[in-house]
Amino acid sequence: MKKYLSLVLFLFVFVSLFTSVAFAQETTPTDNQVNAIAKQLFCPVCQNTPLDVCPTEACRQWRELIRQMLSEGKTEAEILQYFEDQYGPRVRQEPPRAGFSWLAYIIPLLVIAAGVFFLFRALKGWTKAPVAESASGGVRNDVSKKVSAQDDYVVRLEDELKKRK
Amino acid sequence: MIPDFGYGVLVLTFFMALYSAIAGIYASINKSQKLAESARRAMLLTFPLLSISSLSLIYLLVNNHFEVAFVYEVTSRTMPTYLKVTSWWGGQAGSLLFWSWLLSAFTSAVSIRKWDRDREFLPWVMVVCGITLAFFLSLAVFFENPFVKYWQTMSGEIVESVFRVKDAILFTPQDGRGLNPLLRHPGMVIHPPMLYLGFVSFVIPYAFAMAALITGRSDDRWIRLTRRWTLWAWLFLSFGLVLGGRWAYDVLGWGGYWGWDPVEIAAFMPWLTGTAFLHSVMIQEKRGMLKQWNMILVILTYDLVIFGTFLTRSGVLSSVHSFAQSAIGPMFFGFIVITFLSSTALLIWRWPQLRAETEMKSMLSREALFLFNNLLFMSILVVCFWGVIFPLISELFVGEKITVGPPFYERATAPLFASLLFLMAIAPLSAWGHSTLQTLGRASWKSAIVALLITVAIFFTFTQSVPALIGFFLIAFALSITLHEFWRATLARVHAQNENFATAFFTLISRNRRRYGGYIIHISMALMAIGIIGIEGFQYETQGTLASGESLNIADYTVTYRELASWDDAPNGVNYTRAVVDVSENGVYLGTLHPRIDYYFDAEQNMTIPGLRPSLRDDLYILLVDWQPVSSMGATFKIYVNPLMNWLWLGSLLFFVGITVAAWPDKDPEAQSARVRGKVYHSSSAD
Repeated sequence: MKKYLSLVLFLFVFVSLFTSVAFAQETTPTDNQVNAIAKQLFCPVCQNTPLDVCPTEACRQWRELIRQMLSEGKTEAEILQYFEDQYGPRVRQEPPRAGFSWLAYIIPLLVIAAGVFFLFRALKGWTKAPVAESASGGVRNDVSKKVSAQDDYVVRLEDELKKRK
Repeated sequence: MIPDFGYGVLVLTFFMALYSAIAGIYASINKSQKLAESARRAMLLTFPLLSISSLSLIYLLVNNHFEVAFVYEVTSRTMPTYLKVTSWWGGQAGSLLFWSWLLSAFTSAVSIRKWDRDREFLPWVMVVCGITLAFFLSLAVFFENPFVKYWQTMSGEIVESVFRVKDAILFTPQDGRGLNPLLRHPGMVIHPPMLYLGFVSFVIPYAFAMAALITGRSDDRWIRLTRRWTLWAWLFLSFGLVLGGRWAYDVLGWGGYWGWDPVEIAAFMPWLTGTAFLHSVMIQEKRGMLKQWNMILVILTYDLVIFGTFLTRSGVLSSVHSFAQSAIGPMFFGFIVITFLSSTALLIWRWPQLRAETEMKSMLSREALFLFNNLLFMSILVVCFWGVIFPLISELFVGEKITVGPPFYERATAPLFASLLFLMAIAPLSAWGHSTLQTLGRASWKSAIVALLITVAIFFTFTQSVPALIGFFLIAFALSITLHEFWRATLARVHAQNENFATAFFTLISRNRRRYGGYIIHISMALMAIGIIGIEGFQYETQGTLASGESLNIADYTVTYRELASWDDAPNGVNYTRAVVDVSENGVYLGTLHPRIDYYFDAEQNMTIPGLRPSLRDDLYILLVDWQPVSSMGATFKIYVNPLMNWLWLGSLLFFVGITVAAWPDKDPEAQSARVRGKVYHSSSAD
């Protein structure tokens, strides 16, 4: 009995293996499968147009190429790599994270970090500065009057709200 | 005849602008009233002159003068007259003329009134505008001339030249190439002028800022004088950006509204600095701080405006090599460098005079939060700017062409935009001068709870995605705080003035237009953010080829292909291919949509028009991708479901309401600012 069971199991696995291979060969990849990959590529001819929506004839052929490669069993990574090898790194959506192109990622971070650093340093300097009257006392007074006057609106608003209660 | 006349007038205007700038400098230095008046009159003349030159071009466009190269390139016989007129800005040469025309109109508007009031600033404003105008006119006169004609030489060769080429006869093509079909869409007809209006209006605040630097006035007068210009500039630029997005959604056929394309970013960058500027000038007005920073922002905005025009016009984006080949590329580049360096030099010269009049007292005060707001806008700018120029740098230095596409920008800017939403929520609650965590917390905890409840509801009904939930929380937080502010203030008015709710609400807004206009803009931004999260995070798509009667399913929708027809519209030079599809949702029939492809014979180009079923929940967006011959009746459709998309358009409509409220002219702005300067800040000028 046990012998039969393992034989049946073996046959089942064996047959299902073959049928799945046969399926892979028969069904052509759907448009959605093609687009999922084409979406990640930029049209090698047109400026800044993703391959899945590019209406040119060349792009239609490239999408067919993706379909063909998918039906040959190529993986997504292999297809993306194929396009990159053929047409250069600009077919990818982003600069490669290697070599010179690292700068694309690093520079904005550095600049923003520098901005944050300087802003906080300036703020710290301002907030810690002694509140002693400066030489330009007249101007200062004017400005503080300005501020208190414009806060007037808020104060009045608050008063009216309190009265209501 | 007409082309020569138009060109002659253009050349004359160029010299007029140049004269106005030079005479203005000379007059200001030597304090010559007479010469200053002469410079002003020369500037005032540029507007009628450019109008005549532009009318000549429009005459040529409308009357099919294909011997003129520009007319040949942008029009054709089948185009309707209104499109022929708008082709004025449909190509490079014409759009440079259009830019110049707008600038001359604005400069005239500034100098025709109030000349006596601002005798100090206006001559220098004239100089700055005159230099800018002369630069743009020089491009049109020497490099991208819209009046160049075709000549056929004895050897049969066709050459382009303004004047008769020796032994050549005028060559008139039978028909023009026609405007790029994508530009024939109503959205695209008004999108460039809106963008240009925004671009050009920003020149005015810049000119006043430079005038303030040159004359050494360190107060906020230049800001007060140009506040409304800045707001209108911002309105036009925003309107231009939104129209561009709507246009992309309607005709570009990729299911989206914004693709982080360098040309889009080029228009977005001055918007970023302009928005930062609009916020930070308030600190200068209220607190006398950040004077230097405001100068930096207005200089950046101006040069980004020129840079934006340059990016779209120089061909630099396709390749560094085409930049070198186009004549105007290096001209633009040179102009940007010169204006940037000279403005910066002026700023450094006046740096000590522009010190702050008060000090920052608290990290949570309104002015500190405005600074964080500026930091965020500048950070987004850094990402955008670097993303746009890095491909050029890479090509230039290591010879490698690369693409900086949407994922780069989205990843980098999403947290920045989220932080902006947060600031937008709490900043209106903080006070000028001093705020603490306690005061902010007291003012916002109720709204935070409301927002949290909404977020929990969204968690159970719509999505469990953490980034989206954070986004929705921030939106709900900002909305509830801002709406609460409206509610509180209106109730206070109802009580104090014994008005009914509606009267109180409208009087409140009209008495404090700047404050509540700003709040309306904040609400609109939050609504737009709903749409952006919806389409960025939850867009689905599917594609398939259907025979008649077959269906595709997406989300709860079923799209069934019925039939397809193709016909020529000869008078308009278009072939239409239109599919008929039935749409149902969960088995309930909703209606019929007609995605189509328009083929323009003159331009030999397709335009894909989606079949669109919009709703507040989502847009069903169907594109006809391809079709087989009519006999087999098969067609390929690409279908998108774009959740919450309409909130973006709704938000942008509200946005325009907000800016209009904030920028609506006062009865007498001079009297008002006199009152402000005098002693008391009335509630009407608060915020």
